[in-house]
Amino acid sequence: MVLVATIIVYPIVYTGWMSLQEWFASSLTGPRFIGLANYAKILVGDARFREAVVRTIYFTIVAVAAETILGVAMALLFNREFWGRGLLRTLAILPMVATPTAIALVFVMMYHPTLGVANYLVTVIGLSPFRWTYSSQTALYALALVDVWQWTPLIMLIALAGLASLPREPYEAAHLDGATPLQSFWHITLPLLRPTLVVAILFRSIDALKTFDIIFVMTQGGPANSSETINILLFNQAFSYFNMGYAASMAVALFALVMGASLILIKVRRSAAW
Amino acid sequence: MVTGRGGRRRALSTAGFYGLALLFMLPTIFVFYWMITLSLKPQIEATAYPPSFVRFSVTTAGYREVFTKYPFFLYTWNSLVVATGCTVLGLAVGLPAAYSIAHWRQQRLAVVILVARIIPGIAYLIPWYIFFRNLRMVDTYGALILTHLIVGLPIIIWVMISFFEDVPPDLEDAGLIDGCSHFGVFWRIALPLVKPGVVATGILSFVFSWNNFLFSVILAGRTTRTLPIAVYNMISYEEINWGTLAAAATLITLPVLVVALLAQRHIVTGLTFGAVKQ
Repeated sequence: MVLVATIIVYPIVYTGWMSLQEWFASSLTGPRFIGLANYAKILVGDARFREAVVRTIYFTIVAVAAETILGVAMALLFNREFWGRGLLRTLAILPMVATPTAIALVFVMMYHPTLGVANYLVTVIGLSPFRWTYSSQTALYALALVDVWQWTPLIMLIALAGLASLPREPYEAAHLDGATPLQSFWHITLPLLRPTLVVAILFRSIDALKTFDIIFVMTQGGPANSSETINILLFNQAFSYFNMGYAASMAVALFALVMGASLILIKVRRSAAW
Repeated sequence: MVTGRGGRRRALSTAGFYGLALLFMLPTIFVFYWMITLSLKPQIEATAYPPSFVRFSVTTAGYREVFTKYPFFLYTWNSLVVATGCTVLGLAVGLPAAYSIAHWRQQRLAVVILVARIIPGIAYLIPWYIFFRNLRMVDTYGALILTHLIVGLPIIIWVMISFFEDVPPDLEDAGLIDGCSHFGVFWRIALPLVKPGVVATGILSFVFSWNNFLFSVILAGRTTRTLPIAVYNMISYEEINWGTLAAAATLITLPVLVVALLAQRHIVTGLTFGAVKQ
C-alpha cells in the first residue's frame, strides 16, 4: 500500500514543488526557489504556450467529436445479430492495441506528399492532393485523423455495450405512437445512451489531451509549430533545454486542463438536462 | 410471390448492411494491410507511384535488413524484459492492493488510483528523470520497469477492484473461520475466482509497456533501448528503405496484436478503466 502510494503520489508532489523553482538540469547550479513566477510566465508572458493550449484543446475537440459521431453511427449499424460479430470486435481491437509508434510510422509513409498512398486514394475519389503532415495548415488535422483511426473503435465498442443494455419497451411504445426511426433515435436512444457516451467521451478526451507518441513521431510539433501541443512543448522544454522548473509548471497546467475537462464531463453526466 | 419479394428485400438489406460494414471497417483493415504489404515490397515498388495494391513482387529483404543492420534482437529482448518485468511486478503489487481496497472499501486510495490514470505521463517523467539521473540509473532495466509501472499499475488495480468486489463475502468469511489468514483468503479463495481478470489486466499491462514511447525515449539508453525507440530512431535516417521501416513496424506490432487478441473479451473493460464491462 505504502509502495503504491509512493510510486503514484511522490512524483506528483515533486513536480508541484519543482514548478516553483528555476532550474536548468544541464547547469551546475542547483534549483532556485522563485515562487509562482513560472506560472506567471506561462499564463501571461509565453504566447507559444497559450497557442499550444488552444491547439491541444482544438485537437481534442476535433478528434473526439469525429470519433463520437463515427463510433455511434457504427454502433447503431452493428447493434444486431449478424454473421461475423466476433470478427468485428477483433478488428475493432487491433488499432487500439497496436504500437502507436509503429502506426505513426506507417502513416508517415502513407502521408508522403508525392509517393504516399493517401494522396493516391484522395485523387482517385476526385479531390486534389493534400500535404497532410507536411503543411502547417493541415498537420493538426492529419494527426487528428490518426487518432480517429486508432480510437473510433473504442467509442463504437462502448456504445455497443450501452445499446445492448437499453430496455425494449420505450421503442415499442414509440412505434405504436407512430414515431419515425429518426425520432425514436433522437428522443429515446440518445438520452438513454447518454451516460455511456459521456464515459466514452471522458476517457477519449483525457487521452487525447495527453496525446504524445503520434505527434512526436510524425511532426515533432511542426511544421512551424503548427502541431505543437502542450505535451510536445513541455517535452522539449524539459528534455531539450532541460528547463525543468518551467516544464514542471506546464505539466501542472496540463494536469489542471485534463482534470478540468474530466470534471466538466462528470458534471454533464450528473445533471439532468442534456 | 409476396414472400419472394420480402425475401429479396431482406437479401438486399443484408447486402447493404455488409456493404456498409465493410466501408466502415475498411480503413482499419487497410492500414494493417498496407503496413504488411509495404514490408514485403522491394524498394522500387514500395515507393512506386501510383502504388500497387495487389500485384507486387515479394521479398524478405526488409526483414533481413532490420536484423542485420540493426541490433533488433537486442531491442526485442529489451522490450520483452521490461514488459514482462513491469507486468509481473504490477500484478505482485497491484493484486493485493486491489484486494485490500475492495475488501476494506478504501475509497480514498481508490481515488488516488483514478487520479493516477488522469495525470499526464510527462508530469511523472520530470521527477523520475531527475531521480534516476542522480542515482545513475538512466539506461537500466530497473528504471524502465519502475516507470512503466505507472501506466500498468492503475489499470491493474482499478479493474481488479471490481473483480474482487464480485467475490462473495461469505466465501471469505468461511475461509477466515477455517483458520486462513487474510493473505491465505486472498491467495487461496479470492485469487482463483478472479483469474480471468488477472489474465486480462496482465496482458493489458504488458501491451502498454511494450508500446510505451514517452518514458523509454528519455530513460532508455544504448543498452536498454526498446523497440518503439529503435523504430523512432530509424525514421530520422532519410535514406532508409520504406520496406525496412514497414518491416520494423510490423515486427513491433505483431506480438501485441497476437497477445491482445487472446484477451479480447476483457480488453475494452481495461481500456475504459472498468467503466464498461462486457
